[in-house]
Amino acid sequence: MSFFLINSSIGRKLVMSISGMFLILFLTFHMCMNLVAIISPEGYNTVCEFLGANWYALVGTAILAGGFIIHILFGLLLSIENRRARGNDRYAVTARPKTVEWASQNMLALGIVILALLGLHLYHFWAKMQFVELQAMAGVEVDSNLLANATNGYGLIEQTFSSPVVVALYLVMLCALWFHISHGFWSSLQSMGLSNSVWLKRIQVISMVYATLLVAGFAVVVIFFFVKSIL
Amino acid sequence: MAKSINITLNIWRQKDAKTKGHFETYALKDISTNASFLEMLDILNEQLVKEHKEPIAFDHDCREGICGMCSLYINGHPHGWETEITTCQLHMRKFKDGDVITIEPWRSRAFPVIRDLMVDRSAYDKIMQAGGFVSVNTGGVPDANAIAIPKPIADEAMDSASCIGCGACAAACKNGSAMLFVSAKVSQLALLPQGKAEAAARAKNMVAKMDELGFGNCTNTGACAAECPKGVSLTNIARLNREFLCAKLKD
Repeated sequence: MSFFLINSSIGRKLVMSISGMFLILFLTFHMCMNLVAIISPEGYNTVCEFLGANWYALVGTAILAGGFIIHILFGLLLSIENRRARGNDRYAVTARPKTVEWASQNMLALGIVILALLGLHLYHFWAKMQFVELQAMAGVEVDSNLLANATNGYGLIEQTFSSPVVVALYLVMLCALWFHISHGFWSSLQSMGLSNSVWLKRIQVISMVYATLLVAGFAVVVIFFFVKSIL
Repeated sequence: MAKSINITLNIWRQKDAKTKGHFETYALKDISTNASFLEMLDILNEQLVKEHKEPIAFDHDCREGICGMCSLYINGHPHGWETEITTCQLHMRKFKDGDVITIEPWRSRAFPVIRDLMVDRSAYDKIMQAGGFVSVNTGGVPDANAIAIPKPIADEAMDSASCIGCGACAAACKNGSAMLFVSAKVSQLALLPQGKAEAAARAKNMVAKMDELGFGNCTNTGACAAECPKGVSLTNIARLNREFLCAKLKD
């Protein structure tokens, strides 16, 4: 039974949809915690400390990384298979029917954009926070300045989002994320079979609304700190 | 109101499955707008025969939109851009004088080209043979009202059953997925009490066959339903996912 998750097309899609939903859930928490930074600097740093190099935060990080890896590997596998299934000769003329979302046909490209900018995001924050603490715990020589700032997430946000280039790149990532999730959310439910003639339209609308709220929540923080830095 | 137009055709020519294909351009003059698209190709073939050239091979049969035999990818759309018609129901009155029309065969690994615009669609037959039926012990015919089926369910099953197996879904899908076809064929039986008995085995066997034949994985772009000449809905795919996953989880 367990092999159908890998051997059958619908099984592989189930893995894709569950891992995708897991990542959306993570993004929801992430967005909510970001909003704390606007409300209270102390509150935000408390969250940062809580999610530093503590055992529960590390287990969470490992599970999260696993979710990303599964989603990316299955995405690549499915994309390669789908390209092969198209055959050797490509259509000379193609047209996208009106009802087909652009995002739905470009999920891989959107995913790659998100992944590339996620790398930048990890470099900006994770490498300067949890990673520094981990290095210190492992006995590696770490700059004392870095270590002192490892839980000062608020300061790091202020510093990072004062650069217009970084802000622009983050907004590009959020755009890609919006397109990816606006299709991914309902597509995930459809792949799990949780849709019918009444709910198909509803989950498509919910998908748009959810993607918009999620991305707006992230964008607000980025823009807030950029504006704060130039004022 | 007889009117005629001059058109240019870009048609895919391919000698057989193994030979590399290419586009050839043909100019056609004075085509009546009353002609159907396939009649236009008949006229072109007559012209080619007169010129002692090889006519273009294309599939067609009933020419009234029900057999599922005609195919053709016309200007980027299976069965042309008009919604809910097959190629044989497309008419030249939809085209303008001077139009350039590109005609390609279905392109999908599971539908290899046999010749020119003709592809081998027996993959769909093989999926049907894997489970698209109800094993019947023929006995006396029961009364029509012996098994009560609510009207909305009967209608839904009928909508699923309107699939003619033409292959436009797999041809339109960027992933070469046959999910709309398979899901319609699973749904038309799974919705009805007579089909429920074998529903789990049917979903598993048909999906296994579909995967084996090299069709792609569905990513819910919806191009299949948008291009389907019979308007088969995406909700069939959700039903197939549900039937398949429930069947697998019960094992």
